[in-house]
Amino acid sequence: MIKFFLMVNKQGQTRLSKYYEHVDVNKRTLLETEVIKSCLSRSNEQCSFIEYKDFKLIYRQYAALFIVVGVNDTENEMAIYEFIHNFVEVLDEYFSRVEPINELLKRGSALEPQQASVSTTPIY
Amino acid sequence: MPAVSKGDGMRGLAVFISDIRNCKSKEAEIKRINKELANIRSKFKGDKALDGYSKKKYVCKLLFIFLLGHDIDFGHMEAVNLLSSNKYTEKQIGYLFISVLVNSNSELIRLINNAIKNDLASRNPTFMCLALHCIANVGSREMGEAFAADIPRILVAGDSMDSVKQSAALCLLRLYKASPDLVPMGEWTARVVHLLNDQHMGVVTAAVSLITCLCKKNPDDFKTCISLAVSRLSRIVSSASTDLQDYTYYFVPAPWLSVKLLRLLQCYPPPEDAAVKGRLVECLETVLNKAQEPPKSKKVQHSNAKNAILFETISLIIHYDSEPNLLVRACNQLGQFLQHRETNLRYLALESMCTLASSEFSHEAVKTHIDTVINALKTERDVSVRQRAADLLYAMCDRSNAKQIVSEMLRYLETADYAIREEIVLKVAILAEKYAVDYSWYVDTILNLIRIAGDYVSEEVWYRVLQIVTNRDDVQGYAAKTVFEALQAPACHENMVKVGGYILGEFGNLIAGDPRSSPPVQFSLLHSKFHLCSVATRALLLSTYIKFINLFPETKATIQGVLRAGSQLRNADVELQQRAVEYLTLSSVASTDVLATVLEEMPPFPERESSILAKLKRKKGPGAASALDDGRRDPSSNDINGGVEPTPSTVSTPSPSADLLGLRAAPPPAAPPASAGAGNLLVDVFDGPAAQPSLGPTPEEAFLSPGPEDIGPPIPEADELLNKFVCKNNGVLFENQLLQIGVKSEFRQNLGRMYLFYGNKTSVQFQNFSPTVVHPGDLQTHILSGLGQPPTKRVAAQVDGGAQVQQVLNIECLRDFLTPPLLSLPVTINKFFQPTEMAAQDFFQRWKQLSLPQQEAQKIFKANHPMDAEVTKAKLLGFGSALLDNVDPNPENFVGAGIIQTKALQVGCLLRLEPNAQAQMYRLTLRTSKEPVSRHLCELLAQQF
Repeated sequence: MIKFFLMVNKQGQTRLSKYYEHVDVNKRTLLETEVIKSCLSRSNEQCSFIEYKDFKLIYRQYAALFIVVGVNDTENEMAIYEFIHNFVEVLDEYFSRVEPINELLKRGSALEPQQASVSTTPIY
Repeated sequence: MPAVSKGDGMRGLAVFISDIRNCKSKEAEIKRINKELANIRSKFKGDKALDGYSKKKYVCKLLFIFLLGHDIDFGHMEAVNLLSSNKYTEKQIGYLFISVLVNSNSELIRLINNAIKNDLASRNPTFMCLALHCIANVGSREMGEAFAADIPRILVAGDSMDSVKQSAALCLLRLYKASPDLVPMGEWTARVVHLLNDQHMGVVTAAVSLITCLCKKNPDDFKTCISLAVSRLSRIVSSASTDLQDYTYYFVPAPWLSVKLLRLLQCYPPPEDAAVKGRLVECLETVLNKAQEPPKSKKVQHSNAKNAILFETISLIIHYDSEPNLLVRACNQLGQFLQHRETNLRYLALESMCTLASSEFSHEAVKTHIDTVINALKTERDVSVRQRAADLLYAMCDRSNAKQIVSEMLRYLETADYAIREEIVLKVAILAEKYAVDYSWYVDTILNLIRIAGDYVSEEVWYRVLQIVTNRDDVQGYAAKTVFEALQAPACHENMVKVGGYILGEFGNLIAGDPRSSPPVQFSLLHSKFHLCSVATRALLLSTYIKFINLFPETKATIQGVLRAGSQLRNADVELQQRAVEYLTLSSVASTDVLATVLEEMPPFPERESSILAKLKRKKGPGAASALDDGRRDPSSNDINGGVEPTPSTVSTPSPSADLLGLRAAPPPAAPPASAGAGNLLVDVFDGPAAQPSLGPTPEEAFLSPGPEDIGPPIPEADELLNKFVCKNNGVLFENQLLQIGVKSEFRQNLGRMYLFYGNKTSVQFQNFSPTVVHPGDLQTHILSGLGQPPTKRVAAQVDGGAQVQQVLNIECLRDFLTPPLLSLPVTINKFFQPTEMAAQDFFQRWKQLSLPQQEAQKIFKANHPMDAEVTKAKLLGFGSALLDNVDPNPENFVGAGIIQTKALQVGCLLRLEPNAQAQMYRLTLRTSKEPVSRHLCELLAQQF
């Protein structure tokens, strides 16, 4: 199952976060820092799956924005990887271009969880 | 789906947000926020009732402020009010506020339950969805308690809209995951399964997720989903890419749904119905075929989606593990991916292939890719891909390719990432042991490991090599030679010094003939490393030195000189100091014979599960190693490499470090045998101080000698065992991994006969097996038996593996006695009881006759076992006395009488046992004509209850 869904920029700021399992607020910050650190340290030649603690991170980069999904081992990595792209396309549809999302989410990190759940629910 | 409409207004909100954005500093921002908070508070508190629009606007502003990281301590009521609005936008903002803030204020939940209830019952699909989303987003136990019962109903109701069904399924899934006990299974489960047939693909997707989770706990309730899932899958897989309009993703029909269906099928074994199975196999073949077709689109999204389905199909094929044809095809497909330019695919292919390698059908097919995998290990730039490659090499290893794989892994180790070195070391060590054909190769491999990655060689690895070298005499000479050569290196790892020190101490004599490795050379080589080593290693080396004194008397003077040096005798470390002092004294005081006995070669170690394998399992978590250590591929491996054979023993064996080297402080490893412990363990039946059994040279025999390398205590100690036999005559007297001794005995008057059965539990022959029974001299006057004289029948000198031999002992009780013979044979004085029946009157008369205080022994004690009258009776009868009914006025009490028969005299005994069920206590009184007998019997019997 999907444990969490993160949008983080290259500066390490969380733009959107949605947890599907309860995680303490303090622990979230720590987790997000570590997650983005491990994503940023990777090159294009490396695969998009990172084993992290007892789950896997699956990430995709869109310009300066990383979308990272944390899953346990019951998920198909490739399906999630492509699901991220599907999600981005849905956002693109809503907001005409994805690039502004970064702008849009700059401050209020999560007027969008609702958006996320709207678009994630029917497809996945 | 509600679109974000720009015309919805809330200009005030837009202005506020742009104000905040334009703030130049944090202070300015806080000032602006405080101003806004004051404004909102005054609006909410004002007399004028706010309309829905204003409420919505202010709640939005509060939400925005909250998301900026400020606490919100008001406005909750206004948000809750919005829930009852009939306008979608107002209701939505209300729910949004609650979903976001609810963790910080669970009081809110009670307030909103009512509103949610109304929305769920509203029949307005949009409102129902909002309510369901809210329940799922909060997902708390309180929510579950309030709504878990309603949601299944909504889910399967005929009139629910698709979007509602979808939300209800996911909401239920969330609640079930949070608190499964709150979601009752019922008749709705059958109807949920039928959602797999639903027209709407979104509903099917949501339903599959729900069923996959539910069926794990209740597989039988959802069994019908198999055929439905298969037919659904088949329809998707065989459809043209245009059939499923909205659910086609870059020309791939419903990729995520396909993946989910394939995953659901992995919760079950292959379908039993042949038609269903046929259809499914067809689907799987279609997916494999499609992978070979030219892509319908050049876009990466197309191939990604297709490959997602392909990987899931392959996992299902591996899960079934029953279709050789499909398994081989899957393997070939993965083989193609191994060389794909996309790293993701290579990673996933290596990962899947790892599970494929453990299937008997595809193991050979996997092996054909060995060169590609080795190449991946060498050239991949991503450590996690290399790690997968190493895992796969480990999984595909068998006897035919072990040498190649091990040497490649060793080569890789030189450049491997630090993070995975230890794991690779463990894997190499396991493979080398498991598939070793000749042990010189094994020894070379492990020494190479220590040379290349000494820091990552854990204790388990080098303990293991010592165990194996000790247990196989064909490799000892080679091992000694090799470590000697390895130690010549100017800088060698401390683990190498440890292994070298131990092996030379044991088997250095095997290479001493060569002048290049003569004893003094060996010693000076080891001693040249001594000062650079840690305390533990130095302690080990000291033991090696004392062993050298035994092996090579010509080194005695040199070594004594070393031990005598102030740096040893006055070492700050107490362990080193103690060893130096003791070894020095031992070497000067003990005769050569004693030295030879004390410093004898270590006996072989009992076979047990490889400690390395255990470590790898620990590292990987349970189950992870299951694919790795399965013996089915190569059953012949076990007989040569007995080390990985799990022994069925339940007896705890000492930890490898303790028995190997005695590094754990305690007594030095070479403590003189046969001393303090003697008489305590039942093993002493064979090996008392009075008569040393003739120990043969075979390793099996060596186990029986006591000393630091003892194989661990037999299960219960002697005293406990004796207690077991006070009230019964037959049973198992002693048992360890090697030997079981059973006892059958019968006693009449002052004579007894005891049959001892010696069972050999191992598969090898015991040679020169001669049990000798010993009894201290003073007992002989009291109880003489056939023990001293040659037993009625001598035991055969050889005991074949798995066989049993019998020995008969005749016993005669000469006088009363207290100490049982040898602390081990279950012969206690009560065995010579002769029960005596008597009437109540007689009993009391005799009771009074024995009224001298020293004739009576009494004990009051707590019950150790449940107080059952029948059991007690059986025990008293087993003890040997007669049980007298209708003697004691209290029917609860037990009264017994008997005479102990010895050759010299007879001792009359009366006993009375008064149980007190309430207090769980007993009072036991014994009266006999001999004072010590009373006390002894009383003590013996008291331990039985």
